[in-house]
Amino acid sequence: MVTTPDIDTVWQWLDQVPDPEIPVISLVDLGIVRDVAYQGDRLRITLSPTYSGCPATRVIEEDVRTAMRDHGIEQVIINQQISPPWTTDWMSDKGKAKLQNYGIAPPTAKGQPEACPICGAGAVSLVSQFGSTPCKAHWRCEECRESFDYFKCI
Amino acid sequence: MGDHLFEFLLRQGDNTLILSHRISEWCGHAPIIEEDIALANIALDLLGQTQMWLGLAVEVEGAGRSADDLAMLRDAWDFRNAILVERPNGNFGQTMMRQFLFDAYHVELLSKLVSSADERIAAIAAKSLKEVEYHVERSASTVIALGDGSEESHARMQAALDDQWTFAGEFFETDAGDHALRDAGISPLPSDLRAGFNARAMAVLGDATLVIPETTFAHSGGRSGKHHSEHLGHLLTQMQWLQRAYPGATW
Repeated sequence: MVTTPDIDTVWQWLDQVPDPEIPVISLVDLGIVRDVAYQGDRLRITLSPTYSGCPATRVIEEDVRTAMRDHGIEQVIINQQISPPWTTDWMSDKGKAKLQNYGIAPPTAKGQPEACPICGAGAVSLVSQFGSTPCKAHWRCEECRESFDYFKCI
Repeated sequence: MGDHLFEFLLRQGDNTLILSHRISEWCGHAPIIEEDIALANIALDLLGQTQMWLGLAVEVEGAGRSADDLAMLRDAWDFRNAILVERPNGNFGQTMMRQFLFDAYHVELLSKLVSSADERIAAIAAKSLKEVEYHVERSASTVIALGDGSEESHARMQAALDDQWTFAGEFFETDAGDHALRDAGISPLPSDLRAGFNARAMAVLGDATLVIPETTFAHSGGRSGKHHSEHLGHLLTQMQWLQRAYPGATW
């Protein structure tokens, strides 16, 4: 008899799949996993892209398939859902804390970093509205003078 | 209606595709690395939006073509982008002026399309708008910094505006298909976007200490496909080279 893993277990597995560009957080932390459900005997995972042109979107699909295969699930349907559009509000608190510890200032409602993620000083300034990936901006700390990435709030 | 809708989707996807390609030409060449990265990221956003628009276009067309087929296998006369976005980059100031004029139009259009009667269009618009609001914030602040900058940067930005203003007029050209789509609640009339565009342009260009040319002339021919500039063909020889030389090649 074949047993199918329950939905909660699949969510836990997805929470082990790192974001390919910011591997310190998982796809679940990032808030891009919208739904997990069985469609007949196939597992259907619904993802939302962060930015429409994010080069990681295809890699993420492959990583999800690989992770499910590692857990013995071969039949996976990946569904890309653009509406409602992804927002940083869907990022988990656990994910935001991990970003902070990793040196990336997490998104904030006021649209700019709360503090330098390296030394904690509040005096920070914008260097460029775009950082090393579409989802990040480039900021600098006025105290320790280090530059850092800020995860943009959208 | 199907033909009008297909045409509309091509116009959206071709504007974002051709501008994306143009600004990607700056990759590795921009004045400083932050600008280089910013332009490459904006190009990526626009390319992602292109996939959504052209993806819906082929779905509406139902002829078995893919979005890639539309991008890589059409010739210049089948493209429906406005002439402004196919023009060569020129200097960095010209590139940023063009970007601002496009972004100011784009944000106006998308903010109307989010309430389109066609849910697929509304979804693409909502996704794109988040990105484009960021684009216009950036291009506007750059235009202001350069326009209200040194004597030389001011002169270059005024020259860029004088050169490009009449090309921006094409965004608001309105034909019978636009009326049909407006009547169906699918998209606004392009001519109705002009007031919002003008208001934003006047505010930003005013802050940039630049003077908008006094003319109502508008270039035409890109969005109808009747006569693109000579630059589009040259751009396509670069963009489509691989698929032309090695048909069907895959990654």
